[in-house]
Amino acid sequence: MGAPGLHLRIPGLTIGTWPVLAALELDFAPGQTTVLLGPSGSGKSSLLRLVAGLLPMPAGAVLEASDAAPVRPRLAWMAQQDLLLPWLSLLDNVALGARLRGETPDLARARDMIVAVGLAGRETARPAELSGGMRQRAALARTLMEDRPFVLMDEPFSAVDAPTRHRLQELSARLLAGRTVLLVTHDPLEALRLADRILVLVGHPAVPQDIPVPNGPTPRPAHDPAVLHAQAALLERLAEAVT
Amino acid sequence: MNRDAALRLLVSGIGLIGIWYFVVWVTDAPHFMLPTPLRVAQSLWRQWDIIGGHALVTLAEILAGLATGVAVGLATALLVMAWPPGRRWLLPVLVVSQAVPVFAIAPLLVLWMGFGAASKIAMAAIIIFFPVTTAFYDGMRRTEPGWLDLARTMGATPRAVLWRLRVPAALPALASGLRVATAVAPIGAVVGEWVGASSGLGYLMLHANGRSETDQMFAALIVLAAMALALYFAMDRALTALLPWQPDSITEDTP
Repeated sequence: MGAPGLHLRIPGLTIGTWPVLAALELDFAPGQTTVLLGPSGSGKSSLLRLVAGLLPMPAGAVLEASDAAPVRPRLAWMAQQDLLLPWLSLLDNVALGARLRGETPDLARARDMIVAVGLAGRETARPAELSGGMRQRAALARTLMEDRPFVLMDEPFSAVDAPTRHRLQELSARLLAGRTVLLVTHDPLEALRLADRILVLVGHPAVPQDIPVPNGPTPRPAHDPAVLHAQAALLERLAEAVT
Repeated sequence: MNRDAALRLLVSGIGLIGIWYFVVWVTDAPHFMLPTPLRVAQSLWRQWDIIGGHALVTLAEILAGLATGVAVGLATALLVMAWPPGRRWLLPVLVVSQAVPVFAIAPLLVLWMGFGAASKIAMAAIIIFFPVTTAFYDGMRRTEPGWLDLARTMGATPRAVLWRLRVPAALPALASGLRVATAVAPIGAVVGEWVGASSGLGYLMLHANGRSETDQMFAALIVLAAMALALYFAMDRALTALLPWQPDSITEDTP
């Protein structure tokens, strides 16, 4: 898939009277996964919400795709909570986007997405009948159903247990390959497994800094010595950023 | 209803009747002040055709008032939600409308709409629509912000956000409003019948009172209470069945 890249330039971001982000200019490479890492309150979620159009762009800010077409209608959003609608079946939740746009959903494709995330046979289940990990997989299926070149993920796996998170990371890396992904996380291991590029937000207001990424294709195995070594270094780096 | 609940109801009923007998025995009240449960039962048995006829009139008024009040309540909430000028103009008017006690305008309604069912239905509807409107509107306003964010990134139309997100999300809150509405609906109908009517349980009770036929009055009161209870539990059952996704953390065994 030939997903375009993204270019973001902001003169800083202030929420209320609180300066969250410093002036910054970032290019997100086409078809690559960029991970934004930082401690809580570092402004990483704000940056993602800005790109998603969920926060008003400050005056003078620019967000454009490398192919010059509009960005917002071509992005998909996945949040920390699964945001499944409790009154809809899994199938209807996956097909939600089209219905909200007033289009007829492609239910056959929705079923394929459910199979792809390993939830075949649970199409009629309501979210309350699914485990936390299954619900997050359903959210992933809904995100894939949108079939957008830009995918924004805000700590998508932080609410599930570690083994489930590990499997979800592999699943999403496989299914989102080729798309331009922005992933926000506070988990260094998740960043090192999934990222083509890692940006750590440090300071106040926050400035993004590039962190070297281990070699090898994503998802990188968690037992890779390079990943483990980098994880220790990254953790120390983040701990410094907290102070 | 399971057997335990039926047993509890039976024990409570026997207990209440026992207290009733006790009060009559202690105060030695004359039967035109406080009839014994037996006299009330006899009155209910002998005059069932009269009481039953009036009860049907009142039941019809309650149901029609409930339907009207709920319809007006739903429409108002949707209007206020979907149309910002409606919010600015209508909400204060709604609050003011509740500041006027319905008992105070009851004679006016009878004057304007006559002694028939219309004034009673209007009275019940006026009492009912406000809890329905506020519960539904509050429910729609409190839609999970994450769902609205998601809808925004999906390019949802405002219409779809209202009908596919806000309205279903507000249904559990609306259900609370409907339960309150069902509980207060009989008040509206009976007040209307007191002020001016030619039939209905309120009318019957007023005249039984005037003739000191207190046992008949109690009989009518018991029928009214039974109707109100049946209506409430029917509504409660229906709402629980219609909203299966609504989490209910209180079960029979919850301490």
